[in-house]
Amino acid sequence: MSRHGGFSLSRWWSIVGKEFLQLRRDRVTFAMIVGLPIIQMALFGYAINTAPKHLDTAIISSDNTTITRSFIWAMRNSEYFKFVGELPNEAAGREALAQGKVLFVVSIPAGFTRQLLRGERPALLIEADATDSTATATAISALNGITQSVIQKELTGPLAPLAGAPAPFEVKVHQLYNPENITQYNVVPGLMGVILALTMVMMTSLAITRERERGTMENLLAMPATPLEVMTGKILPYIGIGLIQATIILLGARFVFDVPLFGDIGAVYLVVLLFVAANLTVGITLSSLAQNQLQAVQLTIFYFLPNLLLSGFMFPFQGMPAWAQVLGNLLPLTYFNRLIRGIMLKGNGWIESWPSVWPLIVFTLVVMLIAVKTYRRTLD
Amino acid sequence: MTTAANADFAIDVQGLHKHFGQKHVVNNVSLQVRRGEIFGFLGPNGSGKTTTIRMMCGLLKPDSGSGTCLGYDILRQSAAIKCSVGYMTQRFSFWDDLTIAENLDFVARIYGIPNRRETVRQTIADLGLTGRARQLAGELSGGWKQRMALAACMLHNPKLLLLDEPTAGVDPKARRDFWDELQGLAASGISVLVSTHYMDEASRCHKLAYIAYGKLLAQGTAAEVIAQQNLSSWAIYGDRLIELQNILRNQPGVDQTVIFGDGLHVSGLDAAALERSVQAVIADKALRAAKIDTGLEDVFIYMMSGTADNFRGET
Ligand SMILES: Nc1ncnc2c1ncn2[C@@H]1O[C@H](COP(=O)(O)OP(=O)(O)OP(=O)(O)O)[C@@H](O)[C@H]1O
Ligand SMILES: [Mg+2]
Repeated sequence: MSRHGGFSLSRWWSIVGKEFLQLRRDRVTFAMIVGLPIIQMALFGYAINTAPKHLDTAIISSDNTTITRSFIWAMRNSEYFKFVGELPNEAAGREALAQGKVLFVVSIPAGFTRQLLRGERPALLIEADATDSTATATAISALNGITQSVIQKELTGPLAPLAGAPAPFEVKVHQLYNPENITQYNVVPGLMGVILALTMVMMTSLAITRERERGTMENLLAMPATPLEVMTGKILPYIGIGLIQATIILLGARFVFDVPLFGDIGAVYLVVLLFVAANLTVGITLSSLAQNQLQAVQLTIFYFLPNLLLSGFMFPFQGMPAWAQVLGNLLPLTYFNRLIRGIMLKGNGWIESWPSVWPLIVFTLVVMLIAVKTYRRTLD
Repeated sequence: MTTAANADFAIDVQGLHKHFGQKHVVNNVSLQVRRGEIFGFLGPNGSGKTTTIRMMCGLLKPDSGSGTCLGYDILRQSAAIKCSVGYMTQRFSFWDDLTIAENLDFVARIYGIPNRRETVRQTIADLGLTGRARQLAGELSGGWKQRMALAACMLHNPKLLLLDEPTAGVDPKARRDFWDELQGLAASGISVLVSTHYMDEASRCHKLAYIAYGKLLAQGTAAEVIAQQNLSSWAIYGDRLIELQNILRNQPGVDQTVIFGDGLHVSGLDAAALERSVQAVIADKALRAAKIDTGLEDVFIYMMSGTADNFRGET
């Protein structure tokens, strides 16, 4: 009996082989696998600038006076910055930036006001996470105006002489991770997730509905292959395709757009595999819902659009309204974007990556459960 | 594991029911097919033949009913059934974008056939397709697709064949060869359930079942099925049979009139009334009438019209 019911490696392998043969004959699909990443990279290599507001900012304050409070108030008033908390020291600030909890950390050094009044031109330090340079650039350029307004407001009366040029204090901006504000740094790694999400979901949902639509599923179901063998055998080739696409983009990133890779290349591929798994489970679930290939494509697009728009790829995540962020936080691409940008541009390791890794794992497990539950073992 | 209780029967199902939405597609069907028997499954389009066959090999779950296939429970042991049954679908269901050789090789791998390459090569040679083994299956003509599918579903030497209109679109010579082969297989102990619309094929079956609108109307040998209906038949030969048919249709005792190539067949339940009507009609014309044995086709057409009131609206 176990011969019939259990998982048979040779049967599974024959399904994998068949899928490869069919894929090899399907020129259009093949062109899409290779062409999509290349065309998208060319198109999105030059992204549109946007000016998001209310970006999460943390503060490390070692000097709490009227002047520093006025500066913070002016930053908040500009609407570009939103203060979300106070951190004890620089290390905590760096950590918050690396994990993507905040985009800016404002450090006010001890004795800032005293030095200012003595005319020593102290410096305020603002560290910015510039990976998503479209998000931070406008806010940073607004800092000049903010500084001026504080000077005019606070340095009046007896302090007025300090207000002359040069400015009595300095605002030093450290752009971390992407100091030159190159949008490609952000867009190109993000593109990897977009392309993987689209092709993985579309290909798997099509691969399974195609069998149903052409009537070959009836044949397959009448043979001794188990649903698990069929399902996993059919999707294995697409894992390979995902890795090929990721490699194309990594090569493009490296050699065409000069995007640095600070993190571990192994970590990049591990994260890619995890993301591919998440999307394959989505693809299988969609294939159970779709009656035919057209519906499979429509469902794929239905899934893909929010991923594209709300994951922080198109628009900076921090700049989206709260409800959109909530939705975005349910999408695997959001986490993948954070992971891949973090690893490539910040050199993040496992500790910094974990907050985005576990949601992906949970997502995959939950959707896999749905996929297994909805998988049709019969023609009903 | 085999169950001794049903050792005689390759198929033994009772009270199968299946609904699609509101439609009662299979209604209380019970079938018994002995080992080594060729069992013909007949019925008009949409009568539920394919649906019944699918339930037997675990492709559809019956709403109710039970039974065994080769001793395995059709509800719980479909995995085991699939290993020893060869099912040929009505619609061509092999992969158009694989070659003939690749299709057969895939099937052979899935069933774990020993000596795979040789078996596949031999099967292709038997089909007479050796020169075209590398042709895509989708490029075959309809009849050749059918023949390839048939060969594929017999590749693993199944003990039971479920064939859903296997010879639809196949030329007469190939059809005869196929039936000769089926009879050879049956003689060696393999059981066959075959659905068909061809009367010559029906008459080559050991047993027949006739289904209409999901209900099994008759079951048994061809002679039994004919006898069950109690029809007497006359054949009328001559000219202008269509006019004659219109006249006869409304005469007492006439339940059915059909024009065949050789003449007008008139059948009815009431033999005496039928004879009187036939004799009266031909009396003053240059026509010849003879009492004939009721044929299978007469019976099937009679059964089909008799159940027309069960018709629930086809889609
Ligand atoms: N998947 C399905 N969903 C809904 N209705 C179905 C489905 N499959 C079959 N039917 C309906 O069930 C009825 C029986 O269909 P089935 O295919 O079993 O007939 P059949 O006897 O094989 O006919 P044919 O001789 O034309 O092959 C038909 O009315 C058909 O419309
Ligand atoms: Mg049918």
